[in-house]
Amino acid sequence: MSQHKITVTVNGQAVTQEVESRLLLVHFIRENLDLTGTHIGCDTTSCGACTISLNGRTVKSCTVFAVQANGGEIETIEGVAQGGQLHPLQEGFWEKHGLQCGYCTPGMIMSAKHLLAHNPDPSEMEIRQAISGNLCRCTGYNKIVEAIQYAAAKLNQPTPEEVPA
Amino acid sequence: MIPGAFDYHAPGTLSEAVTLLRQHAGDAKLLAGGQSLIPAMRFRLAMPPVLIDLNQIEGLEYVREDNGHLAIGAMTRESALEESGLVQSRFHLLADAARVIADPVVRNRATVGGNIAHADPANDHPAVMLAYGAEVIALGPNGTRAIAIDNFFVDLFENALAEDEILTEIRIPTPGANSGGAYVKMERKVGDYAISGVAVQLTMNGDTCTSARIGLTNVSPTPMRAKQAEQLLVGQVVTDERLEAVGAAAAAECDPSPDLRGSAEYKRDVTRVLTKRAIRQAVERATS
Ligand SMILES: Cc1cc2nc3c(=O)[nH]c(=O)nc-3n(C[C@H](O)[C@H](O)[C@H](O)COP(=O)(O)OP(=O)(O)OC[C@H]3O[C@@H](n4cnc5c(N)ncnc54)[C@H](O)[C@@H]3O)c2cc1C
Ligand code: FES
Ligand code: FES
Repeated sequence: MSQHKITVTVNGQAVTQEVESRLLLVHFIRENLDLTGTHIGCDTTSCGACTISLNGRTVKSCTVFAVQANGGEIETIEGVAQGGQLHPLQEGFWEKHGLQCGYCTPGMIMSAKHLLAHNPDPSEMEIRQAISGNLCRCTGYNKIVEAIQYAAAKLNQPTPEEVPA
Repeated sequence: MIPGAFDYHAPGTLSEAVTLLRQHAGDAKLLAGGQSLIPAMRFRLAMPPVLIDLNQIEGLEYVREDNGHLAIGAMTRESALEESGLVQSRFHLLADAARVIADPVVRNRATVGGNIAHADPANDHPAVMLAYGAEVIALGPNGTRAIAIDNFFVDLFENALAEDEILTEIRIPTPGANSGGAYVKMERKVGDYAISGVAVQLTMNGDTCTSARIGLTNVSPTPMRAKQAEQLLVGQVVTDERLEAVGAAAAAECDPSPDLRGSAEYKRDVTRVLTKRAIRQAVERATS
């Protein structure tokens, strides 16, 4: 019973694979699916570099077994840009220098995306709390907060069709 | 690091889970949020041959008021407590704790049942539930039974559940009039376990405290109540001198071990200060 056939929808695409029960979700994503944007930064569930979305909630993928994702939906950093167009969060990290080495960035963006989905207009404090499970050793966080504020403002702008003529 | 190999089962119902537990008695561990168990397995501190995952069982995630108590389903995620209007408005001690357990990503996965069942004195819920005088509901092959929280924590990582029992619900008595609670935790940084934490739930009559329960986090090998401190508080007018004595009693009766978070003396002194702060906050809430 330690081998299991699982089907998971990853960034909109269904994949079926045979996995060992002890395979961690982060290894499934990085090694079996070759989606290496999701990082591993610790052994203690502390850093958040491995943050992904599982069934609409962010989780640390180093602390979930792949077999537990069976039947579920996963979004990783690779699924964030749509149609070759950077997501406003990615644009924000670019524009506001929200990254230096970039190691924490995929996890940061997944946590920020989860925040903005539930709270489109967060205060600075709410942003800081929302990313408090993601560690960054480079930026000192201020630039990350600005990047998320940039994205929130952009996402809250009315789309061209909504602008009254 | 990669955990040891194990057989994995994901039952769809509680009764299947109990049957599996029974079949694999001694070998099986239940997997809830996995936020304590999986890290332990990655370090090979735990190597259960069989895991029974509770995540596919429906109907174990809820927070609701049922005749005279708050009922929390075992698989309720910590994040759901933070999002519950009921908890935020009426169960202040629990609401205080929900915000300071681990970090927001861990809270999306970690469960209230797992936090209590783990019987880790470093976890925040044990002290909170001790202060509330909560009750744990357990399901086994012979049906359900209620376990008073005072009898639940047996030893370090050891609870009163039988090998084939599952914690299904936690019940917190709804606080009556003129009562209030608070949880105060000191941590080195977000997401860390407490240096010390103090949970207080009390009732006031004017300036006099008429009932109080105090739970302490991470300053003893088993989650504990500060009973000496409680005794010094109940029946007394809550003055500054009284608080000083109550804080000193909590500091004296706890039993912290020195580690990265500080020396035993330091942790005792933090416990003294946090006890005073938690009581002040609880009194304020009870009387406003
Ligand atoms: C980085 C990090 C920081 C953390 N910081 C804190 C903190 O500050 N405060 C805090 O309180 N916690 C903290 N935790 C622990 C976290 O809250 C855990 O999730 C919690 O202790 C266990 O809950 P779980 O659902 O993850 O249980 P699991 O890890 O799945 O299980 C823990 C144990 O309980 C048993 N169990 C689980 N559910 C049941 C059940 N229904 N019936 C019987 N037995 C059961 C399991 O078999 C296992 O032995 C932290 C965790 C991490 C990774
Ligand atoms: S790799 Fe550090 S939290 Fe998952
Ligand atoms: S940019 Fe280097 S860790 Fe965050």
